[in-house]
Amino acid sequence: MSKKIHVFFWLILFGNSIYSQNTISGKITCQEPISFSGIHIHIGQKISSSDASGNYSVNNLPNGATKIFISHLGYQSIDTVIDLKSSLKIGFKLKLNITKLHEVVIQQKNNSSTKSVAEQQIKLETIEKYSNQTLGDVLKEVAGISSLKTGNTVVKPIINGLYGSRVPVINNNVKLEDQQWGTEHAPNFDVNAASKITVIKGASGLQYGGDAIGGLVIIEPLSVKKDTLFGKTILNLDSNGKGGSISSSIHKGNDLGWSWNALGTLKYMGDKQTAAYVLSNTGNREANFSGDIKYAAKKYNATAFYSYYKSVIGILSASHTGNVNDLYQSINNKLPSVINDFTYNIKNPKQDVEHQIAKFNFNYYFNESAFVSFQYAFQFNKRLEYDVRRGDYKNTAALDLDLKTNSLNIDFKKSGHDWNFKSGLSAATQNNYANPATGIRPLIPNYDKIDFGAYGIASYNFSDSFSVDGGLRYDFSKIDATKYYQKSRWDERGFNEEFSKFIVGDYGTQWLTKPNFTLHNISASAGFHKKLENNWDIFTNLSFASRNPNPSEFFSDGLHHSTGVIELGDLNLDKEQSTKLSVTIQKKFNQFSFEINPYINHIQDYIFLKPVGFETTIRGAFPVWEYQQTNAHLLGIDVQTHWDINNYWQHSFSLAYVNGKDRSKNEPLIDMPPLNLNNKIRFSKKEWNQLILELKSEIVLQQNQYPDNNFYTNIIKDNEFESVLVDISTPPPAYHLLHFYSEMKFNTFKNTNTTVAFSIQNIFNVSYRDYLNRQRFFADEIGRSFQIQLKFNY
Amino acid sequence: MKTIQKSKQFKFYALALVAALTFSSCSNDDDNPAPPVNEEELITTVTAIYTPVGGGTAVTLQYKDLDGEGANPPVITVSSDFEKNKTYNGTVTFKNELANPAEDITPEILEEGVDHQLFYQTTGTLNPFTYGTASSNFDKNGKPIGLQSVFATTGAASGKLTITLRHTPNKSGANVSAGDITNAAGSTDAEVSFSISVQ
Repeated sequence: MSKKIHVFFWLILFGNSIYSQNTISGKITCQEPISFSGIHIHIGQKISSSDASGNYSVNNLPNGATKIFISHLGYQSIDTVIDLKSSLKIGFKLKLNITKLHEVVIQQKNNSSTKSVAEQQIKLETIEKYSNQTLGDVLKEVAGISSLKTGNTVVKPIINGLYGSRVPVINNNVKLEDQQWGTEHAPNFDVNAASKITVIKGASGLQYGGDAIGGLVIIEPLSVKKDTLFGKTILNLDSNGKGGSISSSIHKGNDLGWSWNALGTLKYMGDKQTAAYVLSNTGNREANFSGDIKYAAKKYNATAFYSYYKSVIGILSASHTGNVNDLYQSINNKLPSVINDFTYNIKNPKQDVEHQIAKFNFNYYFNESAFVSFQYAFQFNKRLEYDVRRGDYKNTAALDLDLKTNSLNIDFKKSGHDWNFKSGLSAATQNNYANPATGIRPLIPNYDKIDFGAYGIASYNFSDSFSVDGGLRYDFSKIDATKYYQKSRWDERGFNEEFSKFIVGDYGTQWLTKPNFTLHNISASAGFHKKLENNWDIFTNLSFASRNPNPSEFFSDGLHHSTGVIELGDLNLDKEQSTKLSVTIQKKFNQFSFEINPYINHIQDYIFLKPVGFETTIRGAFPVWEYQQTNAHLLGIDVQTHWDINNYWQHSFSLAYVNGKDRSKNEPLIDMPPLNLNNKIRFSKKEWNQLILELKSEIVLQQNQYPDNNFYTNIIKDNEFESVLVDISTPPPAYHLLHFYSEMKFNTFKNTNTTVAFSIQNIFNVSYRDYLNRQRFFADEIGRSFQIQLKFNY
Repeated sequence: MKTIQKSKQFKFYALALVAALTFSSCSNDDDNPAPPVNEEELITTVTAIYTPVGGGTAVTLQYKDLDGEGANPPVITVSSDFEKNKTYNGTVTFKNELANPAEDITPEILEEGVDHQLFYQTTGTLNPFTYGTASSNFDKNGKPIGLQSVFATTGAASGKLTITLRHTPNKSGANVSAGDITNAAGSTDAEVSFSISVQ
């Protein structure tokens, strides 16, 4: 709500106190010559509108506190409460304001999900703390979110036990692509570009697609709301990695007309360190830019947005192993096979990732309660993965992928007093190109994809305390791929029987195939929100979602160096279908509040990677993992509490537990986050330069629910073969970390202030490994780290 | 009437966007697909030839996996048994027969000798294999590359010979220069085993 409300009162008392039924009437005026008819007037429980010259009147109003809300498109809304004792005559003056238009956009985003799911939000203050880290790290602030990591820089969010393309990331209303390439890709996003992050646990964000089986991460950038020019610069220094980052942004706003934002971030980090040793080749670099320019008029606004993200990430040298024996040595030695001195240099293996988004958005407002929005977005993902190679190929990428996505969205929203309705259409085309110049058969083939979707969401408020919502979405997808299969692999997979129709060419030892798939999906969501007395809130949502197999799940075929396994896709895969029931119970006491969110998610044809045996190649034996499907069952609970102990002390707690079962086999699912508990105690004192001191405890227990995929291999010891167990299943032991954070604010110059923050991550330099880090076989997690952050607002 | 003009403008935008979407979709290159990738770096064939000092029949050990990481198992051949009480000098070559024409990778390994080392492990009653002493068998730091090896037979014996090519091994690790793979680390480029016997 705008703070700049200019209300002019002229009160004339009629003095009729015998009747408690009063009338409020008056005239609405404005500097500009406008048509006054249809100005939205909301007094108490009544709705009215003004006539052509601005006169209005509302009858039968009871005595007491009465809310008045007057809004007109393009003008600041008037929102006030008066204590009504008798009939009144009040005049109001409208003031031009573009902010109102802006707020409608924000509101649309907030309402985009259903009201029956309690959303979790991460605010700017928290996001800024993670300025030097990744999106996956920030998201861990929310109970029930953990992270799937490959090393320490590639971090993907896990929501209620699910990750990857089951958790779409929506940046500025654009769904970030590249998750279809597999699990080792962090979201291509600079956390500094977010001003608010919303997490929806479950498939209720039908506006963005029907495949969010795990949930949605919605990122909104900062938008300028008033006529102003401001900016900020955040400087971070980190002892672990001996580097830092600088992020600067500037925002220019205007009441009507043009406004713009620009943001740039540079990051430079060297090798990270565990409690005991250097993690060789784990440095990273980032250079990001994003900016937009917007033109706003009374009835419409248009925005052009561009963002560029570039990141070079070193991959732990020790994780580049060869065959099963190397993997066995790594697991048993407990020490990385390569430990060099600290360096800023990044050698192979490494990832070099580039992501660009160009977007054009046009919103048109029919009137106060209805608008349509158009969005066209182009995304270009470029991914180079460099491996340790020989000879002339030393500096050639082992994987070279280009992904181009064009998408168009049209959304329409209309709201009434008790209801909201939203519907839209989306269309997208995508082209993936795997450059053959790598000299290595690509893990992901060339393909073209077309998507089309249509949705409708409605919500209805039966009363102030009870609302229901429901939505339906249909998606159509078509994939046309071009892939060479080795004939031996094609036969071994048994593809010939069903898929010989895909073969279009014979190249000696390889078939040229053109697999194509057409998929139709329906997703739906329904639920309610009930407010009970004494600040109890109950949200209940039932959602049904379908996710198509990724290209990586369909087509993967070959050795994955970072894990030393052969990964095989399956053309037979069917879509995943999830039915999730989730309940959230919130209660606010005076100083204490809690939220409990139990859920049950039944996933039919859940796709996962499973070890199935060995294959002997000239490089030795490799375990073979293939994508399989099963019926899965996820049962979990997230708990969050907040306690304002007194004016200075606050405590917060969160807990997340999920139990994943493979129902077909009656065994636990692989890669499910273990039980984790977070406690945070905070001391803050405004008088002392807004001092904040925080101590956070993070406890992660050992995962006892895991499938046993261990296998035996032969190694030569003392001139004899010895059969040894390769333990790839047992999760690492529990760990407890303590983190410290402190900050103070100073007014440096007029209109500027500086925040100085000092923090210590992993205070006691604990050595530990994380079950959900794909490099846990090779090295510990990072040890203690001191961080200094300087933030200048101007 | 402003509104009507706006809505026309609006339709124009819609059309323009649909057009952009249609035309920017992928070009049609279906008729001429790129040829399959020749795996240039792959090793498909390891050949070790052991020639007896002072004349006799050479023994050829070959390990061939023509589909690389494909599903077909490798083909392993041993031309004959070794003879008793002889010294054999062996050389190993690495080839990629999937490339067209077939490519000999051995010179590359020699050239990057600092980053490569071969290891010979035996089981059963076989005598150990040692590194050849020719200067061409060592890198510029004087550490072994190990493409040349020596097998001195005594009495009858049998077992397995495993030849391993390590990429970026730690050549200064304990006993690594002497041919012990235990502390070599690095990653495995090739690891092949042959059942051999001395008669």
